[in-house]
Amino acid sequence: MSAPTSTVTAVSPEGPAVEAQPAKRRRLRFVANGKAATGLITLGFFCLIAIIGPWIAPYDPSARSSDLIQPPSSEHWFGTTHLGQDIFSQMLVGTRGVMFVGLLAGLVATALSILIGVSSGFLGGAADEGLSALSNVFLVIPALPLIIIVASTIPGAGDLMVALVIGFTSWAWGARVLRAQTLSLRRRDYVEAARATGESTWRIITAEIMPNLTAIIASSFVGTVIFAIMSEITLAFIGISTISEWNWGTILFWAQSQQALAQGAWWWFVPAGLAIAILGTALSLINFGIDEFVSPRLRSSGHTRLKTKDGHSVRMRVGFTPVLGTKAVPPTPVVRKKVDAA
Amino acid sequence: MKFLLQRIAFYLFTAWAALTINFFIPRLIPGDPVTSLINKYQGQISTEAIQSLYVLFGLDKNASMWSQYVDYWGQVFRGDLGLSFTFFPTPVIDILQQSLPWTIALVGLTTLASFAIGTGLGVLAGWRRGSWLDGLLPVTTFLSSIPYFWLGLLAITLLAGPDSIFPSSGGYEPGLVPGWTPEFMGSAIQHSLLPAITILISSVSGWILSMRNMMVTVASEDYITVAHAKGLPEKRVMMSYAARNALLPNVSGFALSLGFIVGGTLLVEIVFSYPGIGYNLFQAVGSKDYPLMQGVFLVITLSVLVANLIADVAYLMLDPRTRKEG
Repeated sequence: MSAPTSTVTAVSPEGPAVEAQPAKRRRLRFVANGKAATGLITLGFFCLIAIIGPWIAPYDPSARSSDLIQPPSSEHWFGTTHLGQDIFSQMLVGTRGVMFVGLLAGLVATALSILIGVSSGFLGGAADEGLSALSNVFLVIPALPLIIIVASTIPGAGDLMVALVIGFTSWAWGARVLRAQTLSLRRRDYVEAARATGESTWRIITAEIMPNLTAIIASSFVGTVIFAIMSEITLAFIGISTISEWNWGTILFWAQSQQALAQGAWWWFVPAGLAIAILGTALSLINFGIDEFVSPRLRSSGHTRLKTKDGHSVRMRVGFTPVLGTKAVPPTPVVRKKVDAA
Repeated sequence: MKFLLQRIAFYLFTAWAALTINFFIPRLIPGDPVTSLINKYQGQISTEAIQSLYVLFGLDKNASMWSQYVDYWGQVFRGDLGLSFTFFPTPVIDILQQSLPWTIALVGLTTLASFAIGTGLGVLAGWRRGSWLDGLLPVTTFLSSIPYFWLGLLAITLLAGPDSIFPSSGGYEPGLVPGWTPEFMGSAIQHSLLPAITILISSVSGWILSMRNMMVTVASEDYITVAHAKGLPEKRVMMSYAARNALLPNVSGFALSLGFIVGGTLLVEIVFSYPGIGYNLFQAVGSKDYPLMQGVFLVITLSVLVANLIADVAYLMLDPRTRKEG
């Protein structure tokens, strides 16, 4: 019994502790990407605000006071509106609506895109033709005007309704990408092997194909959340969804309709816009992280510049053979013969 | 040719689908929007106009769903989209005819410019991967995450003012009569500068990013290595070998994302009170003007379909493979 253990240590002298390390590293690789980590931390911050926002808000967002259109001060961090409402409280309370609609619409759209994209790619034939025509139609029809019209048709559309409308109109992009990937997966050897061993279609889809689509599903979810948040804020901004529920778009709606610009009340619309931009950037960064995780070629940073021994620097690029600068090339010893002399 | 015919057939199908959606949406409206309007304009509204509105809103209780649908198509083909509630009693089609040129000039030209600039920068960023151009990517991501309309608000606050060369609203100087006169054109261009810059800044980064990623992918293809090995000049390899192939997916991406872009740019018109389709939509939403809303939706959808068709033709010209198959 002692012989096998001795051979193991002989093969890997560092012992099992080192062997365990690669697996641990691989699990954290996504978070180790700087872009993804920044995005996830920012997203986490907004999620936290969405949960605790209404409790930590210093004022009731709708409560009026006598401080009309005050610039930011220690009492009102982001200033006040034309009715003396505290904008900081409005921002904190409004985060919940933004995150709720964004995530719910993203979930609905992603579920639909998986359902339609994967089944269209996997089934093929007439079902594929029909489903991909459907998703192409939804892709080409401008989504935002459609969302605006549908939402304004429904009276008193609240957050839930807005999320559903956005979810049901913005699944097409994800479905298209998923279909393409499923098409390329379904003829792979391991899927054929699963089919040959008699696994059911349902099991092949859930156990063999879906795990390989995780990255695409995740990135299409994040993309849809970005779109949903933008659409929701747009709807609130042009005054379609109910203005009684606070979200960042509602703040902008009031700022625009009360001529905040003309009054020079920059604090009224700057925080909401910046918050949208930061949240959108965070989500985009997560998506870049996913892209780079899947296709390492896209990674931008890292040491692309190398120093050679004699002090010349070379930039390493995929697909390019590094060439030293012209000055660096040592004169090649070539014996030139004169033609007329020969 | 076969490819083009297939695309045309698809766009016709999409147009049918959009019109059908447009037919069903007003039928979701609870209550009777037309009756309240008729009561409001008692006596001013002609019986024909009432009939046309009833067909449009599916309030013709005597007719079956199918005959309503047939009537609706008849109306659409005659260009009868009903009367606008906001600008009563102007027909919707007249309002749209006035505002469509403004939108096409502003949104169409800036979208093309942003695609051209973004693709060009993307080619450079992808080719010189790891250079300072990569440092621009986070900045452009941030800019593209800003909603178009908010950037517009910011631009108005910072750049427009009583003594600035950028007017803050409208499409031309109020006193001028629209026409091809130099004063009017100059004023129109001056008014469109700020909205155009806003759209450009927020839409260009998407193109930079997708083109960069395509260039990076293409740069590792064998034919690029062969082109390098042949000793072709760097510029030629970049433009004629890498960029030309990387451009194809970007052109089809352009066609597909037009719908998204147009939606966003409509908001810029709202912020700048620009006399285009987007501003019409805003006015319609504010006063629950359903016929105008539907007209705007139809016009936008049809314009996007036409733009898609043009993008397909461009794709056909760029990619010899699709030509050969036909």
